[in-house]
Amino acid sequence: MEGIENIYTYLKGKFGEGIGILDKESRDPWFEVKRENLREVATFLRDDPELGFTYLVAITGVDYSKFVDVDYKGKLCATYILYRLRDSHQLIFKVFVEKEDPVIPSVWDIWRAAEWHEREAFDLVGIKFEGHPDLRRILLPPEWEGHPLLKDYKEPEEYRTPDGYLVVKTHRPDPLRENNESDQK
Amino acid sequence: MAGRYKEGVENIPIEQIADALFPEVILTTVDDFLNWGRSWSVWYLLFATACCGIELMQFGGPRTDADRIGSVFRATPRQADLMIVAGTITYKMASRVKLLYEQMAEPKYVISMGACANCGGPFWYSYSVLRGIDKVIPVDFYIAGCPPRPEALLQGVIEVQKKIKKEKYLRAKKSEAGG
Repeated sequence: MEGIENIYTYLKGKFGEGIGILDKESRDPWFEVKRENLREVATFLRDDPELGFTYLVAITGVDYSKFVDVDYKGKLCATYILYRLRDSHQLIFKVFVEKEDPVIPSVWDIWRAAEWHEREAFDLVGIKFEGHPDLRRILLPPEWEGHPLLKDYKEPEEYRTPDGYLVVKTHRPDPLRENNESDQK
Repeated sequence: MAGRYKEGVENIPIEQIADALFPEVILTTVDDFLNWGRSWSVWYLLFATACCGIELMQFGGPRTDADRIGSVFRATPRQADLMIVAGTITYKMASRVKLLYEQMAEPKYVISMGACANCGGPFWYSYSVLRGIDKVIPVDFYIAGCPPRPEALLQGVIEVQKKIKKEKYLRAKKSEAGG
């Protein structure tokens, strides 16, 4: 089965309300999957002979806090990019969660590649993947506080290793603040 | 013999020329002698974290050929005199940079190679990148470029050689020699 509209209609018939909106105007068309139905939809996408998306390319965490003119403003998003190897077909779907409750069920046992991608999304955006076997930071140091790709992230004044071996002032001017004094120095 | 020199120029006996060219005794100071030896064996630590590392490899390769001025790469800080920090240093990596620097034997020198190691470079606004390795370890020479050409790095090592040759190695305190 090819084309995002065909796949969307097929899934909509199968899961009904579990599948959200479809955005086919975007350069990479995508559709929304509700958080509650993610695991069954994911298993279906992988195992159904019509679909057979056996390869997970990436999971990307996005913060839509400062996004305007869309109904998912203020939400966090996990973008799943799937790939079908037999005819090089790509499929993208997104899962939206509220910022106050950033929990998405893990799909690490459906696509094993998800294990590290979910750790990255947790590290940088702070989405908690429920059922992940080892959800800890993958890129940043383990003692890091906060999730830096969130729009409201505030950088601390200094970076310090837990044993005090290294203490560095971060000296980073805030690029969004106007009349930045440290920027002009 | 005399016919080989121009008229008006003082003729010099061949023995005197030979003595001048190949002396049996060289007078020098111990400092100069040690510095001469040290400056022609500046072994550098391989520390490549980003694309500057590709230029660092080229620096050791046959075109720039660091070996002709006595610089060869070492894979361990224990055998290295010079640390070439080639590439972006994140906060996570910064403590490793400091540890590797402290593992090197005195006297030791540091070259900061490229925009990232100098000041953070294109990652100045990043939340995780150290803005200049001089916040962590002392730096002798900075090389501009993104990345610098291997010739620029060669010039940097020649500057390190010049610095070594000026040092009073035996009389220097530990903190003055290198670093």
